[in-house]
Amino acid sequence: MSHPAFLRAAVTAVALVGAVSCGKKAGDDGKGGGTLKLGVILSLSGPFADVAKQIQGGIKTYMKQHGDTVAGRKVEVLYRDSTGMAGEVSKRLAQELVVTEKVDFLTGFGLTPEALAAAPIATEGKTPMVIMNAATAIITSKSPYIVRFSLTLPQVSAPLGDWAAKNGIKKIATLVSDYGPGHDAEAAFIKAFTAGGGEIIDSVRSPPQNPEFAAFAQRIKDAHPDAVFVFVPAGQQSVAVMKSFQERGIAEAGIKLLCTGDLLDDHQLATIGDAALGAISTHHYSVAHDSPENKAFLDAYRDANGAEAGLPNFMSVAAYDAMEGIYRVVQKLGSGKIDADKAMEIFKGMSFTSPRGPIMIDPETRDIVQTVYLRKVEKANGELRNVEQQAFPNMKTPAPAPGGEPPRPPGGEAKGSAEPPKEPAKGSAEPAKGSGK
Amino acid sequence: MAAFISVLFDGIAYGSLLFVISVGMSVTLGLMRFVNLAHGAFAMFGGYVAYELVNRAGLSLFVALPVLLVGFAAVGAVLERVLYRWVSRTRPLDQVLLTIGVAFIATAIATWIWGPDQHSIALPAALKRQLHVFGLDLNVYRLFLIAMIVAITAVLHVLIERTRFGAQLRAAVDHPEAAAGLGIPVDRVFGLSFALGSGLAAVGGALGVEVLGLDPSFTFKYMVYFLLVVVVGGQGSIVGSAIAAISLGVFDVVGKYYVPGAGAFLIYALMVILLLVFPHGLIRRGR
Repeated sequence: MSHPAFLRAAVTAVALVGAVSCGKKAGDDGKGGGTLKLGVILSLSGPFADVAKQIQGGIKTYMKQHGDTVAGRKVEVLYRDSTGMAGEVSKRLAQELVVTEKVDFLTGFGLTPEALAAAPIATEGKTPMVIMNAATAIITSKSPYIVRFSLTLPQVSAPLGDWAAKNGIKKIATLVSDYGPGHDAEAAFIKAFTAGGGEIIDSVRSPPQNPEFAAFAQRIKDAHPDAVFVFVPAGQQSVAVMKSFQERGIAEAGIKLLCTGDLLDDHQLATIGDAALGAISTHHYSVAHDSPENKAFLDAYRDANGAEAGLPNFMSVAAYDAMEGIYRVVQKLGSGKIDADKAMEIFKGMSFTSPRGPIMIDPETRDIVQTVYLRKVEKANGELRNVEQQAFPNMKTPAPAPGGEPPRPPGGEAKGSAEPPKEPAKGSAEPAKGSGK
Repeated sequence: MAAFISVLFDGIAYGSLLFVISVGMSVTLGLMRFVNLAHGAFAMFGGYVAYELVNRAGLSLFVALPVLLVGFAAVGAVLERVLYRWVSRTRPLDQVLLTIGVAFIATAIATWIWGPDQHSIALPAALKRQLHVFGLDLNVYRLFLIAMIVAITAVLHVLIERTRFGAQLRAAVDHPEAAAGLGIPVDRVFGLSFALGSGLAAVGGALGVEVLGLDPSFTFKYMVYFLLVVVVGGQGSIVGSAIAAISLGVFDVVGKYYVPGAGAFLIYALMVILLLVFPHGLIRRGR
C-alpha cells in the first residue's frame, strides 16, 4: 500500500520542481528586458463578453496603429477569461499571470468585481494594474499600484445632477441598477441635484439581471416627475429600459430622460433606435466628438477590427488610452525590468489628448481626470449620435455622498457654453482628496 | 384604481411572455419527463433566426413565426434522432449533463456567429401601436402575447387530452413497454412531441426578444424562469403552466410597482409558497 503513495509523492515533487524551474525560465524571458508581457483579464465569455470585445477592439486598434514593439521590446498580450462577475476567477488568473507568467502589467478589468479581487495581487506582486473600464469609485484606493484610464460613475453623474438643477428641473425620480456602480451613480447624482435645490421624489433600484422594466416605467410615469435619472449597464438592460420607456410614453408624459452615457452607448444606439431621440446624458466619450484625434481613432478602429465590428464605445477608447499610458511608461523606463514604483511615478500626472479630449491621471488618487460632456441624442445623416452640447472640463471624482461636509457643485458651471476654463475646476478638486480612503 | 388595472395588465402580459418562452419546456420536461436544459438554446436560436428572417430578409414577424415553428420542429426531430434518443430513457442526471453541454455549445456557437452584442427584432407596425380603452393605454404587442397564451394553451390542451396522439403520448410516457406492446409507435410519438417542443421554443424565443433582449447568454439567463413555470405549473399540465406563468408574472410586476425594494424576490417567495402548498405543482395530471 505504501508503494503507490510513495510514487505519488515522488511524482508530485518532480512536477513541483519542474513547475518552479519553468516559471523561473519564463520570468527570465519576461523581465530581462526582452518581451514586454501584458496580462489582460477580461470576461471573454459569458454575459459580459461584449465588454471584453470592446476592450480587445481598443487594444488591437492601438497596437495596429503604434506597432507591437515599444522601446525595442516586443509586446506580448496574454488574454485570460474571467467569465464574468466572478472575483475569485479573476484573482486566480491575476496570480497566475504575476507568479507564473511574470507579466509586466496587469490590465483589462472590464467589471468592478474583477478589479477589486485582483487588487491585492497587484500590491503583493508589485505589478502595475491598469484599469480599462471598471467604474466603481473605490477601486483605485485598493492598491497603490492601480491606475485608471476609464471613468468613475460619480464623475459623470454629478455634473448631470448639477446641470439639471440649473436648467429648471425641480422634481426627479431616479432608477438605477442595484449594484456598486448603480449606487455610486445614484448617490453622486442625488447629492449634486439636491445641492442645487432640486427635489428627489422617488428612488428605485432594479435588480441587476432584471429582464423587464414595464413596472418601473409605470411607477415613474405615475410619480409625475419633471425628469427621470437612469443608470443601468450598457447592453440588454439599457435596451430594455429604453423600450419600456418608449412603450409607456415617458417622453409624451413630459418626463425628460437624463442618464449616464451607459444607457446610450454608441455601439448600441442603433439597436435602441429612435426611442433615444432627445435623451440627455453625461459621459466622457462620444463617437461624435469632433477632434482630429477622434477621427484618427475611428479610422484606425475600423481598419483594425473591420466594418462589421460596428462602432467603438467608451470602453474601446479607455483601452486605447490605457495602452498609450503603458507604452509611455515603457518608453521612459527603457529596456530594463519594469519597476512598479517607478512606473506609478510616471503614471501620476501623465496627461495627453485622447480621442475623447484631454485626460490626466490625478497624482494623488491615480484616477482619471477628464472632460465630461453633456450630450443629446440627435439624428445626423440618418444615424443616431450623442451630440455634445456642453463641456465640464477637468472633472475629478467627487467625494462620496454620505460625508459630513456640505455638498458642493462639481466643476464646469459654464451654462450653455463649451468653453473650457484654464484651471482645474476648484469645486471638484478639493473634495476629491478625501476620496482616497 | 386605473394604475392598478394597468399594472395588472402588464403582469398578465409578462406572465404570458413567461409562458410563451417556457411552453416548449412544458412539453419536453412536463409531458415527456425529459430534462431538456438546452430548451433556452432552442429559444435563443429561434430568436436569432427570426432576426435573420425579419431584419435581414425583410419578412414580417407574422410570416416568420410559422416558418420557425416548422423549421425548428424539423431540427428538433433530427436532434432527437441522433442525440437525445441516447439519454431519453436513462437517468435524469444523464439528461442534465448532456443537455447542459448542448446549452454551452449553443452559447459558444451563437457568440461565434452573431457576436456578443444585443440583437433586436423589428416588430410589425401593427404590434407597436397603443390602444386606448376605457382610459387605459394598452400595448398591442402585450395584447398579442395574451392572445398567444390563450391560443397555445387551448390547442395544446385539446391535442394532449382529447386526441388520439395525446392519448398515445400519455401512455408512452407512463409506461413505454406496455404502450409499445399495445402497438403504439413509442419512438415516433416521442420524436413528434420533442419536435413540437422545439418548434414552440423557437416561436417563444422570437416573441420574447422584444422584452428580454437577445444575446448568447440568453440560454442561461432565463433558464430559471423556464424551470419555475414548469415546476410550479405541475408536471404534464399545460393549463397548470399557463396559470403558474400568469401568477408569477402578475406577482413580479405588481411587486416591482408597489414595493420595488422587495419586488425582485417576490417571484421566488411565491414559488416557495406554491411548492409548499402544491408540492406536485398547481395541476397534477391523474395517473
